[in-house]
Parts: sequence; structure tokens; C-alpha cells
Amino acid sequence: MQIDLRTVAIQPQRQAFDHLVRRFGDKPASRYQEGSYDIQAAENLHYKPTWAPENELYDASLTRIVMQDWYALKDPRQFYYSTYTLTRARQQETAEANFAFVESRGLADMLPDELRDVALKVLVPLRHAAWGANQHNTFICGYGYGTTFTQPCMYHAMDNLGIAQYLSRLGLLLGDTDALEAGKQAWLDDAAWQPLRRYVEDCLVLRDPFELFVAQNVALDGLLYPLVYERIVDEHLSVRGASAVAMLTQFMSDWFDETRKWVDAVLKVAAAESEHNRDVLQGWTRSWSARAASAMVPVVELALGAEADEAVGQQLAALTARIQKTGIPL
Amino acid sequence: MDMKVAKKKLGLKEKYRALTRDLGWDTTYQPKDAVFPYVGYEGIKIHDWDKWEDPFRLTMDAYWKYQAEKERKFYAIIDAHAQNNGHLNLTDARYLSALKIFLQAISPAEYASHKGFARTGREFPGVGTQVACQMQAIDEIRHAQTQIHAMSNYNRYYNGFHAFADTRDRIWYTSVARSFFDDAMSAGPFEFMIAIGFSFEYVLTNLLFVPFMSGAAYNGDMATVTFGFSAQSDEARHMTLGLECIKFMLEQDPDNLPIVQNWIDKWFWRGFRVLGLVSTMMDYMLPKRVMSWREAWDIYGVENGGALFKDLARYGIKPPKGWDDAEKAIDHMSHQFMLGLYQWSFGTAFHSWIPSEEDMNWLSAKYPDTFDKYYRPRWKHIKKLADAGTPFKNYGLAKLCQTCQLPTVFTEPDDPTLTCHRQSVYKGQKYHFCSDGCQHVFDNEPEKYVQAWLPMPQLFQEPINGDLGAWMEWVSLRDGKDNGDYAGSEDQRNFEAWRGLATTNQ
Amino acid sequence: MSTVFIALQANEETRPIIEAIEIDNPQAVVNRQPAMVKIDAQGQLVIRKSTIEEQLGRDFDLQELHINLISLTGNVVEDDETLTLSWNS
Repeated sequence: MQIDLRTVAIQPQRQAFDHLVRRFGDKPASRYQEGSYDIQAAENLHYKPTWAPENELYDASLTRIVMQDWYALKDPRQFYYSTYTLTRARQQETAEANFAFVESRGLADMLPDELRDVALKVLVPLRHAAWGANQHNTFICGYGYGTTFTQPCMYHAMDNLGIAQYLSRLGLLLGDTDALEAGKQAWLDDAAWQPLRRYVEDCLVLRDPFELFVAQNVALDGLLYPLVYERIVDEHLSVRGASAVAMLTQFMSDWFDETRKWVDAVLKVAAAESEHNRDVLQGWTRSWSARAASAMVPVVELALGAEADEAVGQQLAALTARIQKTGIPL
Repeated sequence: MDMKVAKKKLGLKEKYRALTRDLGWDTTYQPKDAVFPYVGYEGIKIHDWDKWEDPFRLTMDAYWKYQAEKERKFYAIIDAHAQNNGHLNLTDARYLSALKIFLQAISPAEYASHKGFARTGREFPGVGTQVACQMQAIDEIRHAQTQIHAMSNYNRYYNGFHAFADTRDRIWYTSVARSFFDDAMSAGPFEFMIAIGFSFEYVLTNLLFVPFMSGAAYNGDMATVTFGFSAQSDEARHMTLGLECIKFMLEQDPDNLPIVQNWIDKWFWRGFRVLGLVSTMMDYMLPKRVMSWREAWDIYGVENGGALFKDLARYGIKPPKGWDDAEKAIDHMSHQFMLGLYQWSFGTAFHSWIPSEEDMNWLSAKYPDTFDKYYRPRWKHIKKLADAGTPFKNYGLAKLCQTCQLPTVFTEPDDPTLTCHRQSVYKGQKYHFCSDGCQHVFDNEPEKYVQAWLPMPQLFQEPINGDLGAWMEWVSLRDGKDNGDYAGSEDQRNFEAWRGLATTNQ
Repeated sequence: MSTVFIALQANEETRPIIEAIEIDNPQAVVNRQPAMVKIDAQGQLVIRKSTIEEQLGRDFDLQELHINLISLTGNVVEDDETLTLSWNS
């Protein structure tokens, strides 16, 4: 017997899950809401962690930031796994096409040596910084509280890994495996990279998830991405004839444009919550962006030489203005 | 112009090394033990993280590409399922009890696993291990979400799904799964890997997903088939991670063997208890059954588990301590569970029922040595009470096992007529267990298991104070709708009426 | 010798993959179940990129297997050309 089920008009018994009705009213919920709100265990946890018996398994007090409701930290992109993955899959296709274009047209070989050297010198060691960012966002996801805050950090961590891998491929394309080795050597030993490496390593021992969010996603990324991908790649290398490099780093430029909106939204809601949060965020954003700026100077110098100080200064001013707009007085 | 120098062509392994494994470095500004503070205290010795073999060498671009393809397929099917009243394709709405248990107990476990793998994805000092854990972390949130999304449409039409975020933390039977995952997450990173990556994923997950999803296919539930098989495609990666991880630990230092063996013993038994509920889903809850729990165990437990432990014997690993007791329980457990669920069905946000004569004939064919002898008479008795208008309800509180948190409904391994009870005394307090396996787990780490939140005593504390109605409200259970016998339930009435609309011209 | 297996979703995309596996592993037993095809083999199972490509008539990346994979057992060894499942016993 063939049943034509579409013709059956039946009345739903309810619109949405109880916890979503409590939050958003009695109406159908979005897939973002279903996949994000209240899905972390909240009470009657069974055991204390053996690795930190003074803490709870999910512990909002690991950070100095205090939220009445951690789910207030919503992602404006409303990414859940599916929308996130589909978005990155599309970008990945573009990136793939860009790499294929540069490779098939031999654009890498046509790069002037001097510009290729700058690109390799600046970009390849950054894959290790991106790995650091991956570690930090994985940490925030693991130990942060509330899915709306932590879920995008897992996506961010995987993006950081993707970026580290694109930078590695760029190194292979412009300079072969030797370029990766040289980049790692520079990251480990060259004076220009040590302040940045120290910054990343100091973050590896930070165990306040929200402070780590500020140090990595606000302060360091807020300076590094505009300085490297706009100031150096677009404005310095491209205008001199190395637009192939910009093609290979388009993913990073697009990614920063997209993700900073989420980062700002998190800051804004956390700062608006209380005077206490604003004070804490003010202290963190101030000290970490100052440190990030000084760590970036020698890196930017590799491309811009004497102009580096000014470029970093401008970008720090822009970042300060951006942070102020989120309601944190600087 | 320079001659173009041909670049070295990198194989899969070398490419993965260049793109992924080589990203990490030994920190010099911060000491290693400050960067990875939790990796040492369990006593596992790792000398060379570079010896780690990556199970699958997926880079992020490939990950995004293939996962997006899975996601597109999945959402296309569940959209169509929702738009076309796909729920009316079910063989029978009693099948939904299996999904209700799944959403209340397993989907939250997927989320816990997501958090746990994010933590190990940061805490292990090797890049290869970290990346594999991170991919599992992001996969696990995918599973939680696809399950919630697939069941969201059922929630619109049927009871028992609506309060999964409340029942997760408060109702008694979800505590079984949550205590398992809380136990793993509160352990160190290596034990977590053995618990989830190895015991749960490798040894047991096939038992959960493969027969369960085949069952969904048999019973017309395309939404569940889709999330199940879609999730399972990630599990292949996760299982391989679990296996690589155990081999890595055993290869790194012979001192690791006793620690790992102890964890295998513990987590096999913990997992066997948690997944025991699957036996009931397979034997009782599917209107159209795929295979019996016994048959599934023979394939996925005996055959695959046996092959696995034979393989690991080269490291000195022995099959888990509880293996023989598990084997002895296989022909009994689904019946014992279902009898338990039926008598406490006033306190479950899903329905249970008395098996029909036809169901019982199937059960006696599948369990020739046990069903007619031990369980058919009990069902017959229960049926008589129900027919007389005095259905059997056990308002006495179930005694829960301090370790696995299941009611102590199981029998002695060698005497199916005798309920198994064990007890231990710790610091002057008495604790109860359902089995030797659970008692051993407790005795090895009493300071941990005395902390367990037990949902039954909660009934007598604030804010419930022994009032069943207040308890139902507290766990968001709507009496007369979510709970009780399927026969006569709102779900049954609605399903039959809606199906009637579809098949007649009324 | 122990049995290894691979289980794939039953659909148009996996049909040529399953055919290729049958060609490369004459000892394998193919079990067709609702929505799933499970292939068992004694000791070892080899999945070869080139054989799949012949069946498919196009390039195939072995990692595409992930899309329709349901489960597998055994130790996994993967390179550009083959994916091998085996037990050491």
C-alpha cells in the first residue's frame, strides 16, 4: 500500500523543546538554538576531576569573567557544525582553485626573488603561531563554560589548524620543504621571532579561558592579521607584483573579516554584563595588546623595515578603537 | 632564467608530516610540565611522541570537503522527512521509546565526549595525537547536534522528547550514561582515551550504532538511519584513534601495561553496563526486529572483540576481566532490563509495554535456553495483572548500583534465579553494587565513586521530600503523557489516528 | 585467523567501491543488509585506489571513502594507493 503522507494535515503537539521555549518563547526554534543552548550538563555532576579536584567538571569559575548566563555569549554567525562546515568547504574550494591557479600558471616561479624571500620569511614561521592559536582555542573550548561561547572556539581552533596547513602549503609551493625547515629554524632561533614565540608560549600556560580568548583572538589576531595580510601581503607585496601571494592567503583575509565580528560580539556582551567584567577586560585587552604590538614589530620589520614601528602603531590604534567600540574603555 | 627545479613529490605520510606533525615545537620560554600539566600524574610513560602513528591523515581542507558532503546529504534527508510527515512511515510509534532513550542519554554523552576530546586535544604533548583528538572533538558536537536536529521533528508530534535537557541532569536512568562520561572526563587524559576512544568507541560502539541503525532502517525511521550512519562514518576514524592510542601506550614502555590493563578491565565493564540498554532496544523496542542482542553480541562482541584482544595479546594484554561474566549475561539482560523498565515505567519519559504473544515467540526462538524458562512466566503473570485491571507497578525505589547507577536487577552470573547484590564498606559507609565488575571498579577508586550523585536519594531531599508529583515536576516528566504503558498512551492514539488519516478518506 | 571487516552505506556511490573490493579480495564475503553493506575477510582486506578508479571511470582519492564509511575493524595502514585492514593474529 502506498501512503501519500504529504496530504495528511495534522496538528503538532508542541513547537519546540522545553528549554528553548523557556528561553525564546513558544515558537519553532532554529537549528542554531537547538544545537547550542543548554546542551552542556548543568547540575548533579558526578565526580570532581582527578586532575584538578578543587574544580568542577564544568566550571564557570575557571575565568575571572562572571556571567549570569554564559549562553548570552551568542555567535552572530549562528554557526553550528553544519553551517560552519559548509561555509569552510566553500572557502576551501576557492583556496584550492587559487593554489591550482598559481601552480598551473607557474606564478610562483615568476615572483621576483626578493618578494618571494619576504613572503617566505614572514609567512612560513607564522604556521607555528597558527598552531599556537589552535592550542589556545582548543583549550578555551575544553575548559570554557556554555556551548554558545565554547562551540565557536572549537571551530576557530580547526580554522587555526587549517591556516597553519595553508601556510605550510604556501611554503612548499614557493620554496619546497627547505622553506619549512628554514621557517621552523627562524621561529625557534631568529631574534625577530622570539618575542612572538614567547607570547605564544606564555599563553600556553594561561589557564583562564576568557583571558586566553583576549590574548589570542582579540589582541594577537587583532594585530597580526591586518598587519600581515593587509599591510604586508596586500599593500606591500601585491603592489610590487606578488599578487600570487595574496591569492594564496585569501582564505586568511576572508577568515579574519568574518571571525572578528564574532570576537567583538563576545567582548561586547561580556563587557555589558557588569562593571567587574569591564574592569577585567580593560586590564587584559590593554596589557595583551601592548605585548602583542611589541612582539609584532620585529616580524613586520622583516617586510617593511624601518616602517614597521609606524605600521604597528597605526594598527594598535585601530585595534584600540575596535575594542572601545565593544564598550571596554581603553 | 633559472631552470625550474622539480619539487619533491610528497607522499601522503610525508605531506601530513610537513603540514601537520611539524607544526609543534619544544617550548623554551615555558617549561613543558607547565604547558602540559596533566599528562604525567596517571603514571603512563611516553618517551617519544614522534612515534605516534596517525590513524587517518586528513588535513583540514579534506576534512571540510568530505564532512560538508555528509552534512548536505544528512540535512536534505531530515528536511524531507519533516516536510513529508516521515514519522508516519514508522512501523509503530512504540519504536520511539528507543529514540527517546537515545536523545535523553546518548546525545548528551556525545556532547560530553566533545568537551573531553577538546581537553585531551590540548593536554597531550604530541601534535599527531592532539589533532586526532581535536577532530574527534568537533565530530562529537556534530553528533550531538545532528541527533537533536533529527529528533526535533519527532518532538513536535510525540511525547517524551521535549525535556531532554532537563531529564539529562535529573532523571534516574540518564544518570547511567552521564556518570559513565563524567567518570571518563574526570579521569586523566590517558584514561579518558582508553575509556572513550578504546573501550567505548572501539570495543562497544559497533554494538550501539550498527544494529541500532539497521533497526531504524527496518522500522521506517529514515531520519535516524541517516544521523546514525552519518555519525558512524566519523566513528571509523574515532575507533582507529582509540586503537592507535592503546598500541602507542603499550609500545612506549612496558610499565604501561598493568595500568592499561586495569583501565581496559574497568572501562569494558562500565561500557557493557551502559550499552546494556541497547539489548532492550533490540530485543523489545523495535516493532520489526533486525537481529537479537545475542546475535549482535556474537558478531560485534565475540568475533570482533575476540580478534582485537588476540591482536593485542602480543603486548601482553588479556581480554577484559569481566568478559566471561558479560558472556553469561547476554541471554538474560534484555529481559531483565525490560522487566525493570516496565515496573518503573511511571518514572520514565518513555513508554514500555508487555510483549505480545508473537513477540514472546520470537524471543523464545532467539533465546531458547532462557526466555521460556525464566522470563515468559514473569511476563505472563504481569499480563494477567494488567488484564485484571491491576497493572504491576513497583512504587518502591529501585536500589541503584553505586558504580553504574543501574537498578540492581541483574542475576548472579551462574544462577539466573538469584539477584546479584554486592556491597563494600568505605569509611564506615555501606555501598551497593549490581555485580562483581562494578564492585571492583569501586574498590579500586572508592574516593571517586563515593562522590556519585545518586538520583534516588535525591527524591527524599529538598526540593522533593518524597513527593512523587513534585519529583515529576522537577524532572519535567508529564504524568500520563510521557510515562507509563504504551498501550493506551497518547502517542499510540495519535499515531493510529494520523495513520488513519493517511490511509483512509475520513 | 581473525576476521576484519569494512561496512559502507548502500548507495550508488559505494557500488563501484564494493565491486573493486570484491575484485581485490576474492576471499571476502559481501553481506548486504538494509542500508548497509558489510564486507568480511579473513586476516586482511585491501582497498586499492587504482581498482576503484577502473570501476568508477574517474580519479578517486582514497579519503573519499570517509563519506560513506560506516565502520571497520583491524589495524589500519593507509598510503596514497591502498588502505589495508589487518589483524596480527
